[in-house]
Amino acid sequence: MNSWKLLMASTITIAASIAAANEDAKLSIEGLDIPVRVSVQSHTPEIDEVRSGWTFRKSETQDLQRDDFDNPAFVFVDQGIDLFDKIDGTAGKSCSSCHSDMNSFKGLRASMPRIANGQIETMEDLVNGCRTERMGAESWKWSSKNMTAVTALIGLESRGMPIKVKMDGDAAEFWQKGKDVYYARVGQLDMSCANCHEENYGNMIRADHLSQGQINGFPTYRLKNAKLNSIHARFKGCMKNIRATPYKEGGPEFRALELYLASRGNGLSVETPSVRN
Amino acid sequence: MQRIALAFFITIMTAASSFSEVVKPSEVVFQDGAVMESLTAQLGDPASGRKIFMNRKQGNCLACHMNSEMLDQSFHGEVGPVLDGVADRWEKAELRGMLVNSKMMFEGTIMPAFYRDSGYSRNLKKFVGKTILSAQQVEDVLSYLLTLKEN
Ligand code: HEC
Ligand code: HEC
Ligand code: HEC
Repeated sequence: MNSWKLLMASTITIAASIAAANEDAKLSIEGLDIPVRVSVQSHTPEIDEVRSGWTFRKSETQDLQRDDFDNPAFVFVDQGIDLFDKIDGTAGKSCSSCHSDMNSFKGLRASMPRIANGQIETMEDLVNGCRTERMGAESWKWSSKNMTAVTALIGLESRGMPIKVKMDGDAAEFWQKGKDVYYARVGQLDMSCANCHEENYGNMIRADHLSQGQINGFPTYRLKNAKLNSIHARFKGCMKNIRATPYKEGGPEFRALELYLASRGNGLSVETPSVRN
Repeated sequence: MQRIALAFFITIMTAASSFSEVVKPSEVVFQDGAVMESLTAQLGDPASGRKIFMNRKQGNCLACHMNSEMLDQSFHGEVGPVLDGVADRWEKAELRGMLVNSKMMFEGTIMPAFYRDSGYSRNLKKFVGKTILSAQQVEDVLSYLLTLKEN
C-alpha cells in the first residue's frame, strides 16, 4: 500500500469511528436503568442477542434519550397531556374525565399489540375506540400528530418495563402472518426486513448503522423529520426505501407485522419515547 | 428533398440497429451465473460507471461495498465484500452476470438484480417493468469494475 492509500485509509477509519455508535453504552433515564441488550429468545434463533435500536446510535443521539429535558420527544408528550385533558366530541368529555389516573396505563404498552375479539388490537385502536364510542369524537389518523402525542404519553407510563407480547394461543395465527411479511422479499430491490435487520444488523449501509429494527421505543422521535413517528409509518418508510408498495397503515399486514416484531423484542424494555436518526 | 429523405432513412436505420443490439432483460443468457455476451454494442465507459457506482439513485454500490478507489466519497457500506482488486478475483463475464442478476451467482443474496424487469412482488408502480440500470449503464459499471485491480 502506498502512503497516499494509507493516509486515506486512516482518514476513513477516523471517519468511521466518529460515526460509530457507543454500542456498549448503558441506558439510564431519570435514575431508572433500562436494559438495552437481552440474551437469546427461543423464537429468534438467528439472533444471539436482542438489542435496542438505541445501542446502534451515535453517542450524541444516545445522550438525547438519557435526559427527558434533552429528549425532543417531550415537546410532543406535553402536547399529549393537553390533548388528554381537552374536551372533545358530542359527549362533552376529555380522556381525563374517565382516566383520572395515568398510572392505570402502567404496563399496557409492554403487552401491545394484543388480541381482542379475534382481532389484533393496537394502542391506536384503544385511543380511537374511546374517542368514537365514548366521547362521540372523530377518530384520529393512524400516524397523526395528535395520535402519536397521546400514544407517546400512554407508552411513557410503561417505560423500563419488559416487553411481554403474547404470541401463542389466539395470537399464533397473526404471529405467523407477521412472520411471513417479515421474511417476504418485496420491491424492485427485492429485499425482506430480515435481509437488513436480521442478517446485517451492526453493519453500515452507506451512512446508516443497521439495527435489529426493534419497535420497543415507539412512537419514536426522529432527528430526520423532527417529529414523533408511529410504528406503521416506520414500516412504510422502510418499504418505500426498497422500492416496494407499502401496506396500509392500520391494515392487516402491518398489524400482524407489529405483533411479530413486538414479540422479537420480548424481554427488551419499553423506551417510549425514544430518539433515533 | 432527396437529402432530407436520405437523412430520414439513416436516422431510422441507426435507431433500428441500436435497438436490436441491446439484449433485453428476459433474453440474457446465463452460464453458471456468468453472462458472456455484452448487453450492448457500445463499449462500456468506466468514468460513467464510476459515477453510477456511487449514485444513490442508480447503482448505489457504495451503500453495501467499501471501495478504496473511491475514498473521495464518504460512507462506504459493510454489507457486501470490499471490492478492492475485484477484477483479479473474477472474470469479466462473471462480473456481468453478478450485475445483471447476482442471485444467479449467490443464492439468496441481498444484492439487487440490476438488469431484471419482472418477477418482483409489490414493486412500486413507477418501477414496474423497469430495470434498476439500463443495459448501457450495466456495461459502464462493468468496465469500471474491471479497473479495480491490485496485482
Ligand atoms: C367516557 C369515559 C371514557 C373516556 C372519555 C375515555 N375513555 Fe378510555 N376507556 C374507558 C373505559 C370504560 C375503558 C375500558 C376499561 C378499561 O380497561 O379501563 C377505556 C379504556 C382505555 C384504554 C385501554 C386501557 C387498558 O388498560 O386496556 C386506553 C389506552 C384508553 N382508554 C385511552 C383513552 C384516551 C386516550 C381517551 C381520550 C382520547 C379516552 N380513553 C377517553 C373510558 C373512557
Ligand atoms: C435496505 C435495508 C432495510 C430494509 C430491507 C428494511 N429496513 Fe428498516 N431500517 C433500515 C435503516 C437503515 C434504518 C435506520 C437505522 C436502523 O435502525 O437500522 C431502519 C430502521 C427501522 C426501524 C426503526 C428501529 C428503531 O430502533 O427505531 C424499524 C422498526 C424498521 N426499520 C423496520 C423494518 C421493517 C418492518 C422492514 C420490512 C418491511 C424493514 N425495516 C426493512 C433499513 C432497512
Ligand atoms: C444491498 C447491498 C448490496 C448492493 C446495493 C450491492 N451489492 Fe454487491 N454484493 C453484496 C453482497 C452481500 C455480496 C456478497 C455475495 C453474497 O451475498 O454472498 C456482493 C457481492 C458483490 C461482488 C462480488 C465480490 C467478491 O469479491 O466476491 C461484486 C463484484 C459486487 N457485489 C458488485 C456490486 C456492484 C457493482 C454494485 C452496484 C451496481 C453492488 N454490488 C451493489 C451486496 C450488495
